[in-house]
Amino acid sequence: MSPAEPATAASEGAATGPRSAPPSAARWWWTFGLLRSELGVTLRRWRTLALLGILAALPVLIGIAVKVETGDGGGSGGGEGPAFIHQVTNNGLFLVFTALAATLPFFLPMTVGVVAGDSVAGEAAAGTLRYLLVAPAGRSRLLLAKFASVVVFCLLATLVVAASALLVGVALFPVGDVTLLSGVTVSFGEGLLRALAIALAVTVSLLGLAALGLFVSTLTGSGIAAMSATVGLLITVQILAVIPQLDALHPYLFPYHWLSFADLLRAPVLWDDVLANAGLQALYVAVFGSAAWARFTSRDIAA
Amino acid sequence: MDVPPTAEPAVEARGLSKRYRGGQLAVDGLDLRVPRGSVFGFLGPNGSGKTTTIRMLLGLIEPTAGTAALLGRPMPRDARRVLPAVGALIEGPALYGFLTGRDNLARFDAADPTADPATRRARIDAALGRVGLGAAAGKRAKAYSLGMKQRLGLAAALLQPRELLVLDEPTNGLDPQGMREMRALVRELAGEGITVFLSSHLLDEVEQVCTHTAVMARGRLLTQGPVAQLAAGVRGRLAVTTPDAADAARVLREHGVTGLSVAGDQVTGDPPDAAGTGGAGAGGARPVDLADLNAALVGAGVRVRAFGVERGTLEDAFVALTGEGFDVAG
Ligand SMILES: Nc1ncnc2c1ncn2[C@@H]1O[C@H](COP(=O)(O)OP(=O)(O)O)[C@@H](O)[C@H]1O
Ligand SMILES: [Mg+2]
Repeated sequence: MSPAEPATAASEGAATGPRSAPPSAARWWWTFGLLRSELGVTLRRWRTLALLGILAALPVLIGIAVKVETGDGGGSGGGEGPAFIHQVTNNGLFLVFTALAATLPFFLPMTVGVVAGDSVAGEAAAGTLRYLLVAPAGRSRLLLAKFASVVVFCLLATLVVAASALLVGVALFPVGDVTLLSGVTVSFGEGLLRALAIALAVTVSLLGLAALGLFVSTLTGSGIAAMSATVGLLITVQILAVIPQLDALHPYLFPYHWLSFADLLRAPVLWDDVLANAGLQALYVAVFGSAAWARFTSRDIAA
Repeated sequence: MDVPPTAEPAVEARGLSKRYRGGQLAVDGLDLRVPRGSVFGFLGPNGSGKTTTIRMLLGLIEPTAGTAALLGRPMPRDARRVLPAVGALIEGPALYGFLTGRDNLARFDAADPTADPATRRARIDAALGRVGLGAAAGKRAKAYSLGMKQRLGLAAALLQPRELLVLDEPTNGLDPQGMREMRALVRELAGEGITVFLSSHLLDEVEQVCTHTAVMARGRLLTQGPVAQLAAGVRGRLAVTTPDAADAARVLREHGVTGLSVAGDQVTGDPPDAAGTGGAGAGGARPVDLADLNAALVGAGVRVRAFGVERGTLEDAFVALTGEGFDVAG
């Protein structure tokens, strides 16, 4: 019954007041540690694994479809389908380019929209955000770690598509020297390097949407709402991009230069569009990254 | 003595107010002072503004007006320096259901810039052991009962040596056994010198575990101070157990006892003011001694089985302050 006595034996920390800055050795370790923790949490979500699974399965479907088509003796009939699809039967490496060209308009950015949209809002809805903030993660550092982890996810998602396509391409089709779009033939090794460069270019293409999704994620306390809003924005922008009356607007839409990655398959490489794409994505990251920061650092966390 | 007597209060609020968007004031001009080393019960019915206050103290929401300080430093400005020394449980636990208990703690620990990753494992094990979750550490959190989730939340608050624990209704939703264990743990932590700021809507909980209390109702602070002092400030009720209840009531009324009520063989009432002899006393104005009351009863032939004054409780204090019952939601 007797209430606890006021303390006489205070903990060690009490003597020196609140501990101040972290030990300098631990400091940058920590920033990296929070990113690692973010990535771990993202990649252990069932939803993330399902999305990556879909991305891995798409090249398998495309590869099998091409194989079946050519097996039937249909040859390269119509000129339809994703870019590069007609070169796949000659060289399995082209399945990498085909798969990236097929997933970039919607599936890849959709997974990014889901992960980015959920990043802050999902934790707000679950209530874990308040415990991260009182840990204290620091709002700017937490947001930075979250954006970095979405960027890593963009790279990972792209690599999953590329790696799956490479495996399927090698398994189902002949591989060898690569004939570039400009007619020059390079070795398979250089072809692989160019495939890697293309994967990086595709990753860069996704960064603008990643920042947009992060911003949307700071606006609401519902992960589902943020995810659907971000994916909805993606669909809207893709529709706007094909309306000719909006020509003047098109250069400012984030997918405008997305297919520029094909220029990396020329010799010499045509950098103009690739760099224009990087610039546009950087602009989106700067604008929506700042907006997300302004919003998140001033927002009430009342969930 | 580790804590100098002049040490700043563990928690201090001045004029702290919060108006949610489009709502009325959830917290209205709160002045709060939590002494170091105390177990401070932040008492109030549901909806009285306890969680809102705690969110402001911890820098989760921006006060509409007023200032707050934890461990002598302003919040939220010094959050990064103060919060590593503060463990918190806010409006129930929130966990990653798909992670194990241990991985949940690792996640929250990774968020703390002052937490040394090299000692993480050992600190997590110690915290799990402390709350008695060692055996369930490898289970996914979504398989935990509410009591286990609450304990895991407390373990997260104990990952580092803390100077202050802020526990928002830590026994909410627990069964009686769970409540007892949680209260025992709170006492134990307080015994180690950690200041505990505990919110509760349960009067007896605050009476059992707290040294100090502040009482909230409808966003306003009614009173604050040591628990004993508050309860003592309320006059207790006179209680008489007798088979002759009707006679007893009559005799007591004649001797100035007011607010009489009879229930079976129990007669209770407010004893006449023993200290002063207000002007109202009809003849003589002699202070009424409880012994005289008892003698009067016996003299009138009332058979008394038990006679005494029930100690004033916090509930009496609350009722005296608000004129309404404690369970009224704000
Ligand atoms: N996020 C919110 N938005 C609007 N009103 C809120 C919010 N949270 C709490 N309130 C209101 O503020 C008042 C105080 O709530 P709260 O601080 O949760 O009380 P307690 O923790 O004492 O039960 C209540 O009237 C409640 O409805
Ligand atoms: Mg509450």
